[in-house]
Amino acid sequence: MTKFIDLTLSGISNGAVYAAVALALVLIWRATRIVNFAQGAMLMITTFIASAVISSSGSYWLGFFVALTSGLVFGAVVERVVVRPVEGAPPLNAVILTLGLYTLLVAAAGMIWGNTPRSFPAAFSLQGYKVGGTRLLFTPNDTFIVLVVLGVAGLLALLFRATSLGLQLRASAFAPEVARLLGVRVKRMFTIGWALAAVAGSLAGVLVAPSVFLGPNSFDPILISGFVAAVLGGLDSPPGAVIGGMILGLALSYVAGYEGSALVPLAALVILVVVLMVRPSGLFSASKERRV
Amino acid sequence: MLAVEGLTTVYGAVRAVDDVSLEAAEGSVTTVLGANGAGKTSLLRTITGLVPAKAGQVTMDGSSITRLPVEEIVRRGVAHVPEGRGVIAELTVEENLRLGGLWRGKEAAPMSEIYELFPRLQERQAQPASRLSGGERQMLSIGRALMARPRVLLLDEPSLGLAPVIVAQLMGIVRSLADTLGLAVLLVEQNARSALSIADRGIVLNLGRVVADQPPSELVADERLRHAYLGF
Repeated sequence: MTKFIDLTLSGISNGAVYAAVALALVLIWRATRIVNFAQGAMLMITTFIASAVISSSGSYWLGFFVALTSGLVFGAVVERVVVRPVEGAPPLNAVILTLGLYTLLVAAAGMIWGNTPRSFPAAFSLQGYKVGGTRLLFTPNDTFIVLVVLGVAGLLALLFRATSLGLQLRASAFAPEVARLLGVRVKRMFTIGWALAAVAGSLAGVLVAPSVFLGPNSFDPILISGFVAAVLGGLDSPPGAVIGGMILGLALSYVAGYEGSALVPLAALVILVVVLMVRPSGLFSASKERRV
Repeated sequence: MLAVEGLTTVYGAVRAVDDVSLEAAEGSVTTVLGANGAGKTSLLRTITGLVPAKAGQVTMDGSSITRLPVEEIVRRGVAHVPEGRGVIAELTVEENLRLGGLWRGKEAAPMSEIYELFPRLQERQAQPASRLSGGERQMLSIGRALMARPRVLLLDEPSLGLAPVIVAQLMGIVRSLADTLGLAVLLVEQNARSALSIADRGIVLNLGRVVADQPPSELVADERLRHAYLGF
């Protein structure tokens, strides 16, 4: 029973990180129909920046804050400099560009910071909670991970649902041409969308870094899990991304605990294939409404 | 108010709009007629900057808006209700309307004004636009355009796919928008008979060129023109 509780709790914690990565992918997919393969490398860069800030200033929270703000700026810059020139071209062009950007960023990070993975501090204790006589695997830092991801997802939901900016962002994503005819500055909305997505990505980076170590390729598996979570949730649904992340986190945690962690990557792929076969539009996709 | 001079739009080797000139005056309805592929939609899309003009000029109150980005043309008071109704299906009725008035800020029309004009929309304000019928969607698109208090209204085939009763109702509303709000309406239609019934001027396009530009009564009286281009 303790094992089940342990697996469930750590599944939720991992799921929160997958949810943040999935959010980053979904926000961009929804707005521009591009799967951003550079997302893993982008969040790696912002996490390296955070690491540099933490080691020079000694303050975790300053590093955390810098990671998110540098993500915001980085996302906007990537949209303006890399993606905008191929806007209107076939989507594959942009996808190839994000793959190129991934390679570039990984190589650049290796040149600047070296290829040896380094440790990254956690915000809170990594000692499991003690319940009765047993110590759980779930730590105060896991609580922080879950709360901060849910908090950011909630703030994003509020932004999209309750503000004029959110209305313009949604309109630009669903019907860019109509939005332009209504005076919405759609290109600016795309830039903001990329920036917000990159914030979610950089959040995932600093949250997961203590457990995967920080190196140029450390976050590749997280990107794959985030992608599976996004597909599970429906690729164009932000709430779907969060729920998809949680479901995937739990599923992979049970697989790792009961069947062995070697099977985790395989399980993720099996889930991906099953979702694509049974319900290709994902659990929460809005695209059915779209086809009316 | 809105004037088009020698406007030409080219897609590859096709001249979709070929040296078209027309004017839309305050408080008037000008209808642009013609068969499928005559260049009607391309004309509207060129006016609002969705498609670049190859040659010619579009002016609002004498100043050129030809090369401006779409968002700027909208801010000069031109509202374009695209073909196929253009409601954003994922947004609610109210969100669609709010979006229409956003750039206007405080000067946007109050939503109550639109609901007065289209009471059906108020009943359905909280529903996603995907649930609306064809006629309701058309009303939503027009209402949404009015939220920004435009001076020129471009309507692309609003009657498409609607029942005759709804079409008659819609045409009545379009006429009254010109009369009461002083809008300059440019109405693109295939349904020539209904459009001419409310228009002050009828323009017939064929293969991108203007083949007739006359008051509706003269167009209707010209049997050769009617048979060749208007299909009635």
